[in-house]
Order: sequence, then structure tokens, then C-alpha cells
Amino acid sequence: MRDPFSIAGKFKPPSQHFDVVVVGAGSAGAAAATRAAKNGDRVLLVDENPLSPGLIGLDVPLFFGGRATAAVQNKGRMLEQVIAANPLIEAAFEAGVEVMLGTTVWGAFVNGPGLAALPTPMVGLADDERSWLCGFDRLVVASGARDLVLSFKGWDQPGVMGANAMHALLTRYHAFAGRSIVILGSGALALSTALLAIERGLRVAAIVEVRDRLQGPAHLVERVLAEGVPAYTSHVVAETHGGLDGVERILLAPTNDPDAPRVEIACDTICQAIGLVSAIELLAVLGAALMYDPARGGHVPVIAGSGQTSLPGVSAFGDCAGVAADDPDYGLDWMRALIAASGPDVIVCQCESVSRAALLGVKHPAYLGAVSKGMARRDIASLREDGPINQDQVKRLTRTGMGPCQGRRCREQAAMMLALSTGDRLADIPLASYRAPVRPLPLGVLADADEAPEMEAGWDVWFGIPTQWIPYAEIDTDREALQLAALSVGEQV
Amino acid sequence: MGAADSAQVVVVGAGVTGLSAAWWLARSGVSVLVLDKGVVGWEASGRNGGGATHYHSPLFHEEQRLWPQMDELLGYSTEYRRGRIIFALNETHLEQYRKMAAIQRGLGYPVDDLDARQVREAVPLAGDNAIGGIHVHVGGHANPQRTVQAYAWALQDLGGRIVQHAAVTGVTVKGGRAIEVQTTRGAFGLDSLVIAAGPQTGMLLTPLGIDLPLAPARAEMIVTEPAPLMAIGGVDGNGLYGRQTLRGNLAYGGGPHEWIDVDETGPAARPSTPLLRNLSRRMAELLPKAAHLRVIRSWAGVVENTPDGRPVIERLSSPENVTVATMSGVGFGLSPASGHAIRDLVLDGACSFADLGKLGHERFANLPSDWRARLGWQSA
Repeated sequence: MRDPFSIAGKFKPPSQHFDVVVVGAGSAGAAAATRAAKNGDRVLLVDENPLSPGLIGLDVPLFFGGRATAAVQNKGRMLEQVIAANPLIEAAFEAGVEVMLGTTVWGAFVNGPGLAALPTPMVGLADDERSWLCGFDRLVVASGARDLVLSFKGWDQPGVMGANAMHALLTRYHAFAGRSIVILGSGALALSTALLAIERGLRVAAIVEVRDRLQGPAHLVERVLAEGVPAYTSHVVAETHGGLDGVERILLAPTNDPDAPRVEIACDTICQAIGLVSAIELLAVLGAALMYDPARGGHVPVIAGSGQTSLPGVSAFGDCAGVAADDPDYGLDWMRALIAASGPDVIVCQCESVSRAALLGVKHPAYLGAVSKGMARRDIASLREDGPINQDQVKRLTRTGMGPCQGRRCREQAAMMLALSTGDRLADIPLASYRAPVRPLPLGVLADADEAPEMEAGWDVWFGIPTQWIPYAEIDTDREALQLAALSVGEQV
Repeated sequence: MGAADSAQVVVVGAGVTGLSAAWWLARSGVSVLVLDKGVVGWEASGRNGGGATHYHSPLFHEEQRLWPQMDELLGYSTEYRRGRIIFALNETHLEQYRKMAAIQRGLGYPVDDLDARQVREAVPLAGDNAIGGIHVHVGGHANPQRTVQAYAWALQDLGGRIVQHAAVTGVTVKGGRAIEVQTTRGAFGLDSLVIAAGPQTGMLLTPLGIDLPLAPARAEMIVTEPAPLMAIGGVDGNGLYGRQTLRGNLAYGGGPHEWIDVDETGPAARPSTPLLRNLSRRMAELLPKAAHLRVIRSWAGVVENTPDGRPVIERLSSPENVTVATMSGVGFGLSPASGHAIRDLVLDGACSFADLGKLGHERFANLPSDWRARLGWQSA
């Protein structure tokens, strides 16, 4: 017998299927797609750029910080711009690759532990109007990296953004709204961002470094200093001020002398260039084995040989497989100094308005009312007495990372704060989970408009076990049969 | 023997049922220790729809009495909200809901019939496709993650203890009584044992000579970004169950489950699937004015079912100091009452507020060994 309400047989093979699906048309992805096409494979190369303005406004997938111009509203213009900015896309197209731009990969699914219902491995795709599934034999994930984002007083206003987002707005979109930039960090990422901004005619008002000397390679340091960019070492952000359009000035405090005067700098943009984080969310959703590797920048896929993940047929290339991280403690040094320079009331999670104090106090959100006596005694230390710190558990209690940006602006800094507060190593704090959809998309877009009839025919609100819903008093009475007939479809749980 | 630690009652399983039982026992002044293979509330107890409207259960009266008091009794917020609206987009569903309402009225619970206009008034996110529904005045919903932690903290506040990451590896029985459990973190002596370990409950009972048939399955949910708060957050229909959180998010589930196999260590993974598109479609149909809301997450939980879908809650006759509870996939909402019932069984040998006589495991004594295959409840 079969269970009509189980998932078995409900998913049909998608009408679209490619030998190889490549996610991300950056250098790693576009090259992989072109290579596969030249080998004779049918290849789909998917890239979410140009992004919908809605996602840009949510800081998804990069920390755009409200500094995209209105040009991103014009999808047609942006499409031309994205193609013009990346010659590899045209090369892939000419090699015979099917290229889909402005298309989001919101999920990727393979059978594995706890899941055997898929007729084929598949990715979930969406444009602005609809979603669909596409089968694959092999999947190449080249989803890149996003910015490491840290909190300080006023970081939740427009104009505070990430270096990767700035690179995207400057080079991919030509749609950056800022003019005068303070850059946080002085590694290669920060210095190359400064040079790019200068090349585009923007003013770099300062480079700020929390350590006592600039971190990047000497030749980049020299070039930036030669441009006359002021560099503040042993300084950290104390606070920022702004107006309706966001940041207007930043105040820096010396890290080694709390009484020394603060440095005030006028700017409209504060660019966090402290580090990058591999965009592993699709790999996590697939169930690929992940590991914490400080040399590759944190949580990254387990890779064997040439990009091979733990899943057969799934490989990872480029920044999503790891980013160069010379010094794993660098981000922590920043976080520590930022915490010291601005207090417990600073917001950690922008979507859910969770403060540092609420995170480390494992406090429920304000809309649940006053903190009870018992709650007042609870904090991260008391939670740790029960067992190792788990970021997902802290997330559920405090809502840190539960908002529409899907934790992109807070998950790393929350993990850092948990580590700094408990003395645990970052490596020992389990990765907070990623789930589909890995981009926040509307119900009406994700909705399956072309559902298999088997899905509707075998859909029950719960398990479709009628005996489950018979009132207790009727069990084993002759009224049970009557009620079973009345409840031919299950009830709510 | 060899146990470095002990408690009057050891509870295996830090899900809602086990934690509620432990809390009730601690309220009675009993020393209690809860063991879990992982983290508090990490399985289905923290991954469900948060519904608390289970009129069919003998525990329902007690559930309804307790929920409005739980925040105060526990000392922590559960986000409980009362009431539930179930509305239909087609006549077939409306007829089913009206029959459900009749059954509930027969049990003495107030239920109003709603016409299409009343549905739209009560549920601002509903649309012109709503044709009518029912308003169940009892029942409601709460936040599973917050509630399960509230039980844990309330238990600790009464002196109860929780040992996480301690998987049970054996139970020692002597003279017809369980006297000790062995775990990956040492052995614990006990006077009474409660086993409320979800899908692993049956496996833990096998060495005791008890055959409790359970089939684990994976079920999925999705959640949106926040919408403006509705007066009644528990809104079902169109094949979905769900709730609006007090933050405003809409969390909904329903539809097909996948039968899986789970070993003693618990589920290897809890993947969600493209089913999120089918859930999204039904949500957008049920609540058209929410169709623009972004889905921000999906998840899956693993629940166990008995062959008839009904709970097993009983104190065994042998070993006679062992009490067993599986709620067969519908345990969260009933947890205030199931914990009370388990406390009564452990301390008094009988439930003080409800007859549970039809919920013993012996009703499955004649079940064929291939029952999962016969029902089609097997993993692929």
C-alpha cells in the first residue's frame, strides 16, 4: 500500500534540465561554464545581477547600505550595464552557454539524509515575476563572497555599507550614490577599494585601522598614501552622525588612549572593508559538508581536489569556496575595539532591532513586555552552563538574524560577540543554519503556478490519519465510524 | 551501581513533553533530571506550528485551562494567543470545517460560524475568495522555541537539572524496576524513569521488552517577513495550518510529509524541499493580501506517528516505574497538560484529570511486524 499523503511521487522532473548548472557569472563561474560548454555539455549559467531594487534595499545579498542610485530601478539599463561590465558573460554566451541574468537561485536540492523524494537534483530559480525548478546533472556553485559587517553607533543608517557592495555599485552597476568615503580596515580589500574609489573620482576621506599599523601589502599602502588619503591607525569608530540621507560625519576614538580627543571627519559613506565571508548558503542548503577554516575566512565547504564538495556532482569555485584570510583574528580585533568604543545599546540585528545587551542577555524582544525576574537572571553565561553555545538557539530566543535580510548583516558579528563574551573560540560556535529560500522572495513569486496534479490530490493539512482527530470519548464506540467519515480530511495541528 | 549522579525522576528527552513533565514534577518537590542527546527543544518541539487547538484529546480541557496561565506559571513568555479562525475557499472545505465545528460544540466548546464578510473582517489578509469559516474560541497558539526554553528555564528555577548532549545508551532493570540509565555522559540512578524521546522513544523501550510502534516523518514549514498584526493570529485553511507571530511573521505548514528512518542518534538531517513553492502558493491563495510578503526561511521537523496517530501516555506495568509518552506528532499544544498527566502517572499512578485508558501501547499488541509497509509509511 502507499500513503496518499506522503511526498513520494509528488515532485515531477522539471521541464528544464541542463547537464551543468553554474550559479554565479563572476570570473570563477563564467570560466567554469565556458569550459563545460566547450566540452560539449549543455550548460546554464545563472546570475542574479542585475538585482531587483527590492533586494538591494534589503541589503541582499550584499551590504549596499542605501547607497545605490535610482539607476538600479531601471532593469533594462542595468542589464546592459551588467553585461558590459563583465566580458566573461559574452564569452560564455558565445561558447554556447545558456545565460540567464537577473535570475535568482533561491535553493538547490539533492536527495540525501532525510530526503529521497526528488526525481532529480534541481535548483530553484526565480525572476521578478515567477519561480521555477531546473534539473541538473552537475552543479557548479560560484556564489562569491559577501562583506563581514560589524556594528557601531549609527551603523544602521544609510551610508554604512560593505566593500563588496561598493565594488558592485562602482564596477558592475555604475550606480553608487556616495561622494566622500571613510574606509574601515587597511588590508588588501580596503586598499583596493580606496584606489577604486579614487579612480572613479570619489574622495576617500580617511582609512581607519584598529591595529597600530596599516595591514595591506606595502605597494598598495604606498599608492593609497601617495594619493593623500589620511590614515588613522590605532583608531576605531566611536560614533557616527547623520540626517535623513544618512551618514554625514564619523567620530574616531584612539584605541590606546581613551582620553585623547576624537577625530571628526565629514563623509557620506562609511565602507566596511574588514573582511569577506564566503557565500555558502546554497552549499549549506544542499547539505554539503562544511568546516570552519580560519585560513579560508571562516565557514567554508569541505573541498577535495578541484572544487569537489562532499556531494557527488556538486563543486564550488571562487570566493564561495574560501577567501584569503591572512589573520583570522583581524575581524575579532575590530569587533573587540568596536564593543569597547560604543556600548551595550548598539543594535546588532537591524531587521529585528536587537541590541548587543539583548543578544548577550538572551533577552526576548521588547514587544513581549517586561523582563521577568527569571529572565533577568538569564544571560549567555547561564545558557552556557547548560551546554556549548549554539548560535541558532540564541537566535531563536533573541531574534538576532531572524529578519528579512536573513542574517547577512549580523550573523558573523553575533558569533564573534558570543565568542568574545564566553571566551569560546569562534571555531567552536556552530554555524547558524542557512535554509531556502536563500534570497527573500515574495509568496506570490515563489508560488508554484504549475503544480503537478498529484500534489493537490495528495495534499492534507497534516498526515491524513483520520483516527488522529476522533474525540477521545468516541474511540472504540460506534460513533467513531461516523466521525471518521465526517473528518475524511485531517484537521489542524 | 556505578552511577555518580542520581535523581528521584530521570526524564529522557528535553522536548516539550519531557520538559513539561519535569517541570510539573519539580513543582511537586521532586528532584528531577532531564537528559537529551542534543540541545533543549532541538527537534520537533522547536520546529512545529505552535498550534494549541486539540479538542479531540482527553487532555484538551486541561490544556485550555493552563495555556492562559503559562507565562505566569513558568515565569517566561510563551507568546500564547487565544482563538483560531479556519476559513474556506471552496464549499468542500467549508463543509468540513462546519462539521468540525459541530463536533466541537458537541464537546461543549464555543464555535461561531463566519460568513465571507465576517472572515474578511476577522482576517484582514484574507481576500474576496474567502467564502466562510469558523471561529474557534478555545485553543490558540504559542511560540514553540520560546515555550520549550521557558519550560527548561522554569524547571531549572525550581532546582531541576538538564544535561544536554547526553545520549542514553542503556537502561538497567533490576527486580522489575528501572534503576539506572547509562548515557554518553555517565550513568544516572533513579527511582522513576520517564521516556519522552520523540522518534527514539520506541528504540529506548525495545531493550525493556516493550514494543511501541512508531514511524518517523519529516514535515515542512515556511515563514514570511512580518505583516501588520491581526487580532487573531491563528488562521488556518486551504490545506494549511499556521500562526502569526507577535512580531508579525506568518509561519505556515501543511501538505505532504516524508517517511524516513531515524536511528538512536536522531535525525541525520532535516532538509526542506521545493515544497516551499507549494506552501507559498497555498498561502498566497489563502491570504491574498499577504502575497507580496517575502518568504525568509523554510524548515523541517521530524515527528513520530503511532499507527493510529494517537498518543501513547502510560505508566508501564513492567518495569512498573517507567512512564512513556509519545504524542504522535501533535505534542506541542498539549504540552502543559501532557506534563501534568505524566507527573500524575509517575507520582500517583493515575492521571487525576482525564481518562487515558485508551492511550496504552498494548492497543498495538496484535499489530503485524510489517505495519509500516502495510500503511505505506516506509522510507523510499
